[in-house]
Amino acid sequence: MAANDLFESLSTAFGEKLSQRTEFRGETSFTISPADLREVANVCRTDLSFDYLLDITSIDNFGEEPRFELIYHLYSMRHGVHLRLKLKVPEEIGPVDTVSDIWPTANWHEREAYDMMGIKFAGHPDLRRILMWDGYPFFPLRKDFPLQGLPSDMPDIAFTKVTPMEGGPFVTLPSTAGSKDREPRARPPEL
Amino acid sequence: MPETRSTAYDSKIEGNVIFTRFDAALNWVRKNSLWPMPMGLACCAIELMAAAASRFDIARFGAEVMRFSPRQCDVMIVAGTVTYKMALAVKRIYEQMPEPKWVIAMGACASTGGMYRSYATLQGVDQLIPVDVYISGCPPRPEALLAGLMKLQEKISGERSFRDQTPQLAEKLEDALA
Repeated sequence: MAANDLFESLSTAFGEKLSQRTEFRGETSFTISPADLREVANVCRTDLSFDYLLDITSIDNFGEEPRFELIYHLYSMRHGVHLRLKLKVPEEIGPVDTVSDIWPTANWHEREAYDMMGIKFAGHPDLRRILMWDGYPFFPLRKDFPLQGLPSDMPDIAFTKVTPMEGGPFVTLPSTAGSKDREPRARPPEL
Repeated sequence: MPETRSTAYDSKIEGNVIFTRFDAALNWVRKNSLWPMPMGLACCAIELMAAAASRFDIARFGAEVMRFSPRQCDVMIVAGTVTYKMALAVKRIYEQMPEPKWVIAMGACASTGGMYRSYATLQGVDQLIPVDVYISGCPPRPEALLAGLMKLQEKISGERSFRDQTPQLAEKLEDALA
């Protein structure tokens, strides 16, 4: 089958560098180290016809030693085969190599990983925030960032406030009153 | 509400002459030609477009003139999620609208932040600009938007722009006569 051939050639090409191969419900993933990323990516694109980078996503394993995990989803249009590459990226040690010259779509995916998690990419042509604004001081999708946000202020550009997680303005308070009286009404926030 | 009385002065020569209060006429004119500034940010904009299309004609209310220039608009319809990134741009557009101006917060996101209780969404556009009418719904049906527009028209017809200036005008008149 084309899938197995591709994976076999990948394994023979890299051998030791693919530290782990997992299969789950027909999906194959390989774990590699960040230093080998560009080599593996080049081989995947040119030799193994994985010409479509579906997604780059990142996971924050807050508390574990390599804190972040970067996951690349590749797809081969010609053979219809999916492949997943996982890397573990520690927080302090230098940036990860960019693959935006191999798959141009990686440009924006890597900007998103930088914006949301703070993972930097070396060699990226335009590494700046994409969802939040330049100068926003936090990385929102890290596990130590609260969902309701933290206050920040850049005058004339943007501001953020902490969102109230419970209560107002339109709440129904528990009671035994009839529905006309129980209907949620605007409730002024408790100060 | 100010009343109008119609009096035919001399229909054959002069035509009909109507006596009314200045405020009534002013309010009638303003409410029946509310030109919206469509601040269509997200999915509610689709329902705004639907309200402007032929089935739920917003032109019946004189509001089909959706010029995207704030300088020519009366009412800003904030239709969609206001993120913090967009918030100051919305405020800038609101400040560029000339008086008199009103704001309709259309949908849950514009009213209170909607389902997005998070770090990135402004919890209601009324944290930034004064809102006259809130329309609930996710998204509100076009009929709901039209009902909100009618409620705004009711609000406008109760305004007292001229009568509130009466003390100052009376003062100026006295100064002029004295």
